Amino acid sequence: MGYDPENPMADRITDIGPPHYSKFHPPVIAKNKGKWLWHEITQAGVMVHKAESGDECWTIRVGAARLISTSLIFEMCDIADAHCDGYLRFTTRNNVEFMVDDKAKVQPLLDDLASRGNKFPVGGTGAGVTNIVHTQGWIHCHTPATDASGVVKAVMDELFDYFVTMKLPAQVRVALACCLNMCGAVHASDIAILGVHRKPPMIDHTRITGVCELPLAIASCPLGAVKPAKAEVDGKEIKTVKVNNDRCMYCGNCYTMCPAMPLADPDGDGIAILVGGKVSNSRTVPKFSKLVIPFLPNTPPRWPETVEAVKNILEVYAKDARKYERVGEWCERIGWEKFFEKTGIPFTIKSVDDYRLAYDTWRTTTQFKYTSHVK
Amino acid sequence: MAKHDTPLLDELESGPWPSFVTDIKRQAEVNPDCWDILGQLELSFKDRITHWKHGGIVGVFGYGGGIVGRYSDVPKLFPGVEHFHTVRVNQPASKYYSTENLRALMKLWDKHGSGMTNMHGSTGDIILLGCRTEALEPFFWDLTHDLKQDLGGSGSNLRTPANCLGESRCEWSCYDTEEACHHLTMHYQDEIHRPAFPYKFKFKFSGCPNDCVAALARSDFAVIGNWRDDIQMDQAEVKAYVDGTTIPNGGAHRDGDWGTFDIQKEVIDLCPTECMWMEGDELKIDNSECTRCMHCINVMPKALRPGKEKGASISIGAKAPILDGAQFATLIIPFIKVTKDDEFESVIDVIEEVWDWWMTVGKNRERVGETIMRVGLPTFIKVMGLDPIPQMVKEPRSNPYVFWSEEEVPGGFERDVDAFRKKHAA
Repeated sequence: MGYDPENPMADRITDIGPPHYSKFHPPVIAKNKGKWLWHEITQAGVMVHKAESGDECWTIRVGAARLISTSLIFEMCDIADAHCDGYLRFTTRNNVEFMVDDKAKVQPLLDDLASRGNKFPVGGTGAGVTNIVHTQGWIHCHTPATDASGVVKAVMDELFDYFVTMKLPAQVRVALACCLNMCGAVHASDIAILGVHRKPPMIDHTRITGVCELPLAIASCPLGAVKPAKAEVDGKEIKTVKVNNDRCMYCGNCYTMCPAMPLADPDGDGIAILVGGKVSNSRTVPKFSKLVIPFLPNTPPRWPETVEAVKNILEVYAKDARKYERVGEWCERIGWEKFFEKTGIPFTIKSVDDYRLAYDTWRTTTQFKYTSHVK
Repeated sequence: MAKHDTPLLDELESGPWPSFVTDIKRQAEVNPDCWDILGQLELSFKDRITHWKHGGIVGVFGYGGGIVGRYSDVPKLFPGVEHFHTVRVNQPASKYYSTENLRALMKLWDKHGSGMTNMHGSTGDIILLGCRTEALEPFFWDLTHDLKQDLGGSGSNLRTPANCLGESRCEWSCYDTEEACHHLTMHYQDEIHRPAFPYKFKFKFSGCPNDCVAALARSDFAVIGNWRDDIQMDQAEVKAYVDGTTIPNGGAHRDGDWGTFDIQKEVIDLCPTECMWMEGDELKIDNSECTRCMHCINVMPKALRPGKEKGASISIGAKAPILDGAQFATLIIPFIKVTKDDEFESVIDVIEEVWDWWMTVGKNRERVGETIMRVGLPTFIKVMGLDPIPQMVKEPRSNPYVFWSEEEVPGGFERDVDAFRKKHAA
């Protein structure tokens, strides 16, 4: 019995939703839900949660690539079967959490994880760098301006020490989105790695008629740079579009709507770095990430320019910020002119906003600091 | 035996972080099609550009979402990834799994697809990465019949809702995030599977203002736990922090050299509303001034806890920058009870009020936050039938361009210009 292509609608089941979460709670979680008292991180990657009942849930957090195989997941299941009564969970940042109900079970689990090479690094808690959330990149996406898994692997290799320790002023959330669509929503991250295009789309006149609804392509441009046009294809005049290159900001929204307007390019595409975003409401309100490096080239396999830029920002922050201060809070306390001075990142006109709501970011006070920028 | 040389990717097999390249090679021993994943990615590394064609409309009968079509633009070189569609499977709330369930799902994916996954995608789904068109219906049949599981959302529909783990393992959660997420996911199955909206719409449920699922930054409809009475305090535990018995911030700064804990510097001086002080060795809080930012609770989890009168704030309209720029969600309802007792009716009422309006007024591919921007927050507040309150804004407007309705102005808008001219020569 199974799917019958002759009878596709027979016995069809739809709209049943996900399984109820309570089936998957480890016993200590099921018993103490809603009755937790406090938690403590006892070492990087190891947390204990104490319940009113006196029960303890010990969690071992392990980093993983976001792109993982069923083989690796089966191995995770083996670990959970051996140590955790057959339960595990994943975090929103692609970490894996193995939970046990007794402190005595922690060390054997850590030993088991350590025996498996570098597959299961324990860390990602507290004042460190946890896993980088990211998008698909070249492994699966049709609009990327950079890869995702490759860049992330290169950056995490370099930041690894900050994953397995908690010595930063606060947690630092790094995120990568491989184009401006930001499936990875990097707009509120401490350090954001963002794929950007720099060339306007090409128009494939031979293809546009069949694949593209011209009014939608025209309407998709936020800057009105896409206009109706005519072109000759095989001696026949066809309706198509043209792009005002001076107006284009390479967002790629037209390509999303119209496959005949590709804009990716090996030399045009690369990475922008944004810093200082945060999501939490703790101390200061949530902040957007701000663009500090407009472009770094795509240099596979290890993107050394991007790795260096991220590491530099992180290490200057680590040295200069106060305890509890997130990257964005540090930037605002010292002033952005000081951020550029301390990090040695050149300030360029490309960091000055000229898009909508830009005025909010212009300085309208005489309060500033004298840095080398003031000649 | 490797099917393609991958000298560039091979360089990503060294280093301390787990290597996805090593992992795909391991999977290729199980499913040889994975060699072509590596082959095409190597080509992208060499060419510095993607080799996936634009889009591709595929799906399962009766659903308008849950599958993302993808085709290689070099299928002759890499036939194993000629079709490489993504399947989004709706994750269980909080992302706990039994190994029994997870193994069954992975076996199913080995049977029908590449064996590569994302655990999980950005919105929260289990992402099964890469299968052929003809595998989709058989996969869906097995998923629904054998595993009793279902697809998540994609396209202009309700995207798969997501939550922080909430009360299941966190002492700060102000409502049952996983039950709210599961309940609303089940309640809105039609909206998840059949696109009927102007654009995507996301729900996210965080248990407290730390907002671990980034609801305020990423969801059209953010339900963020909050409380309205006093922070619960245990003065004996406060003393234990002050005298150094208890490690501050739940041990999160354990590896740094930050000196001894200073409650004045690390808690009281960092309070954004300056509503805390010490009297002798007792910590005092003027709770009427507190904005519940969580900092003091984060730093002293054994001494301080959220209050007892718990619920959530509802903020609406967050999105990433495409197109008009990034938006955080705007606070619309400061405090609401969120409970299974009324089947989450209070939240559902708000959701449907938003949808009724947005489905009429929203333009094609306009997120609700952009619709609100376009028509203005005052209009949205009226649509929602809410009283305007200062909590909805950071500050009052600084321009005087106020719209008045005719009824608000004595005598209305219709006037007699002849009568005016009799008194005022032109």
